[in-house]
Amino acid sequence: MSVTAKLSPSIAADRVAIRSWRTPIMFGVLAVFAVVVFVLLGPDGHATFRLSQDGDAWQVPNLVVPAKIFGIVVAVGALALAARSYQQMKNEGRISKWVTMTFAVLFVMGLLVWIIGGTNTQNITLVGLFTGAMLITTPLVFGSLSGVLCERSGVVNIAIEGQLLAGAFTASLVSSITHNAFAGLFAAAVAGMFVSFLLAVFSIKYVVNQIIVGVVLNVLISGLTGFLFEKIMKTKVDGVTIFNQPTQLPNLPIPVLSEIPVIGPTLFRQSIIGYFMLVLIVVIWFGLFRTRWGLRIRAVGEHPKAADTVGINVNRTRFLNVIAGGAVAGVGGAYFTLVAVSSFSKDMTGGLGFIALAALIFGRWNPIGAALAALLFGVAGNLQSILSLAGTPIDGQFLAMLPYALTILAVSGFVGKSRAPAADGEPYIKG
Amino acid sequence: MKLELKGITKSFGALVANDHIDLVVESGEIHSLLGENGAGKSTLMNVLYGLYEPTFGEILIDDQPVKFSGPADAMAAGIGMVHQHFMLVPVFTVAENVALGGESTTFGGILNLNDTRAKVREVSARFGFNVDPDALVEDLPVGVQQRVEIIKALVREAKILILDEPTAVLTPQETDELMEIMRQLKANGTSIVFISHKLREVKAISDTITVIRRGKVVGSAEPGTSTTELASLMVGRAVNLTLDKAAATPGDLTFKVSNLTVMSDAGQRLLDDISFSVADGEILAVAGVQGNGQTELTEAVLGLHKHISGSIMLDGNELVGRSVRQVLDAGVGFVPEDRQDDGLVGEFSIAENLVLDLYTKEPYSRWGSMNRAVIGKNAEEKVAEFDVRTQSAQDAADTLSGGNQQKVVLARELSRPLKLFIASQPTRGVDVGSIEFLHKRIVAERDAGTPVIIVSTELDEILELGDRIAVLFAGKLMGIVPGKSSRELLGLMMAGLPANEAQAQLDGNAATMEGERS
Repeated sequence: MSVTAKLSPSIAADRVAIRSWRTPIMFGVLAVFAVVVFVLLGPDGHATFRLSQDGDAWQVPNLVVPAKIFGIVVAVGALALAARSYQQMKNEGRISKWVTMTFAVLFVMGLLVWIIGGTNTQNITLVGLFTGAMLITTPLVFGSLSGVLCERSGVVNIAIEGQLLAGAFTASLVSSITHNAFAGLFAAAVAGMFVSFLLAVFSIKYVVNQIIVGVVLNVLISGLTGFLFEKIMKTKVDGVTIFNQPTQLPNLPIPVLSEIPVIGPTLFRQSIIGYFMLVLIVVIWFGLFRTRWGLRIRAVGEHPKAADTVGINVNRTRFLNVIAGGAVAGVGGAYFTLVAVSSFSKDMTGGLGFIALAALIFGRWNPIGAALAALLFGVAGNLQSILSLAGTPIDGQFLAMLPYALTILAVSGFVGKSRAPAADGEPYIKG
Repeated sequence: MKLELKGITKSFGALVANDHIDLVVESGEIHSLLGENGAGKSTLMNVLYGLYEPTFGEILIDDQPVKFSGPADAMAAGIGMVHQHFMLVPVFTVAENVALGGESTTFGGILNLNDTRAKVREVSARFGFNVDPDALVEDLPVGVQQRVEIIKALVREAKILILDEPTAVLTPQETDELMEIMRQLKANGTSIVFISHKLREVKAISDTITVIRRGKVVGSAEPGTSTTELASLMVGRAVNLTLDKAAATPGDLTFKVSNLTVMSDAGQRLLDDISFSVADGEILAVAGVQGNGQTELTEAVLGLHKHISGSIMLDGNELVGRSVRQVLDAGVGFVPEDRQDDGLVGEFSIAENLVLDLYTKEPYSRWGSMNRAVIGKNAEEKVAEFDVRTQSAQDAADTLSGGNQQKVVLARELSRPLKLFIASQPTRGVDVGSIEFLHKRIVAERDAGTPVIIVSTELDEILELGDRIAVLFAGKLMGIVPGKSSRELLGLMMAGLPANEAQAQLDGNAATMEGERS
């Protein structure tokens, strides 16, 4: 017998659009910018993108783009898309995804061609752009994965910066002492876990405001590593600083795959940390969305009481996740001193931990999204350093702002609303 | 399965929430726990479900003592619970919610949701629940969410099901459906503990009734016991359940709402083209299941919503587009639905809370500094007038009981000349004694010639207070009916039938029932 058949009123989600003109206006302004800058002020000549390096097995011809003509194409396309977005907003109340995506891709391409066309050399090596970006992207990915682990379980991790820094310092110190890079790597993970342990104890057990604990930890680690750097690492024995000479992790190119143009040098000529990163992105994504472990973590981050009532230990789950997050960030920190550069220097993470947090939000608390956001930030950051060398029409100061401007755009919701885990930052007190 | 609680005592510091409670639930019976809000029913059930550890006492299942260190133990022992506030993760699907905590997995802990989906379908088919395992919980109406909670318990093979105030969020018709489900479960041998403060429901469904007052069992009753008797047992003294209220003498229609539409930030229509008016000296009671636009209606009048169109006229003045301060100054008194979050500042003293919207005005302040003496004197007067039970008006507001807190809010809002009085859930979580008092004050304000709007999800309160009754469903006005309309009619309207269709269906039903009998 059915008890539902009698009456089932449909509460249909009757959604109507609140028209927001923000995006069409932004598109319009950018399209006008394209007309003025790319076309009217556009460089003559060609922009050359070099896809392979001299030593590569497969040589791919360079991509040569006539800057002026391409500028006109981009400007016309941008105007058309801006008009389309206005029309869509007016008629349907929303802008379809392909308009936004096409606009973004088109505009970025136009910007690149304009910038490269305007440099003295008028060419750029894409391989260099991406391999250089990995120097920034790798720690960002580890940092944001640490954030994914913590925040999916409901603990805000502002201490990523401190965890990276602790990892970088410890890796350098231990690798220098033991002459074993893997010992350094392991020690870095432990150092990250130590920072996480403090975060977990204060925010979970003693219910201190998580943001405040995170900020305090960042200051603590910065001060602590700075002090130890001065007192220990700068100590010279027989005129050499033996405590800041870490044995490095070697690059391990993968045969065949490493020969693929652009992708090969970017992804398949990395150190063990780089490969570990690729594996970790997939593993954490699969774990979160396909396993019992992930279901429980997400439940704890969304509705801890519901998890508690089905017998899940909320605070233990959070504790373990925060610790795991610390290990991940610690490994990311080791990348600085075991792969990227040859020694530790004071505050060498330079705020990447905070950009990792932005990548996490940009990537909507999804490991793959966060990794792509980290890649975007990495490319933007590296583009700036390449261009400042190549001599550009834009002032270097403005290019230096690029990653941060992108961060602000990302966090302020220009890429659609991000939805944080519902209990993110909320301590769980039983009863 | 037989359940027995022996001498259960649970204290939080000095407060004894449960005091030596004995209770026996026989196999396959529906056992009701009746008591006022705050009597200790939920605490007792949380002890039984392993969420709290009892200070003393023991739990026996089939005469074997058991000890629960957490909900997992209780579930393993065959106890399932449907909480008053659903324990469902809104962004999960039904299947994910059901699986959580008892997941079927293939090797390496990989989720096997197909297995859970099959179980959900099986239980759903057995009881005619009609629940789609792949629906997102946040998209489901509350009635269906409740069924998901029941499925959660049944999939875990619960032999004893605790339902904590399950009807609070349901329409009368959905309540009937729930009772039908309870009877089916009972027929299958499941014992049910039904927690409620609604006398009618308890009488309709129970095999045994246990009454709890102030943490103690004060007696048990047969379902045949009269409502008045049950009520006096529950409250501890004779209660007058009906309010003495003279007929309204409506004056001019000074408050008019026309074509009011309110949207959420996400573009959802929270209120859809609402028009009505309220006369001086009249109470319009707004009924509806929680979350159908009542909150938004009151907040829209106060000026708390952004995306608003239409018109709200008070005494010839437009309120739409004014700031909250301007609306208050126009003579609107407002009792918000959540007194602790929106009505009071808990850490502030009673005296300060009593001038929360007046502190900028003379005589309470002058030259930008507050006049403590006047504020204190005002507090003494109000505390006496509204019978607020407190040691001192300087005590923090959150030291008061729910009923007394509500008196403070009401005292503040009624302490200045009003042109409109709006009260949202004026007696939610308030003891019966205070309810009588609060209702009398509201009626007194009406008799003073103020138009009054009462929003309530309790049908009893709606029928008690309303001179006319408006019903909201999914943000739409289903119609306005006279104050003495039948529960059946209101129930159908609360489920989404416009007034005339609801009336037609009732007339039609009456006719077919006649036909079936003959």
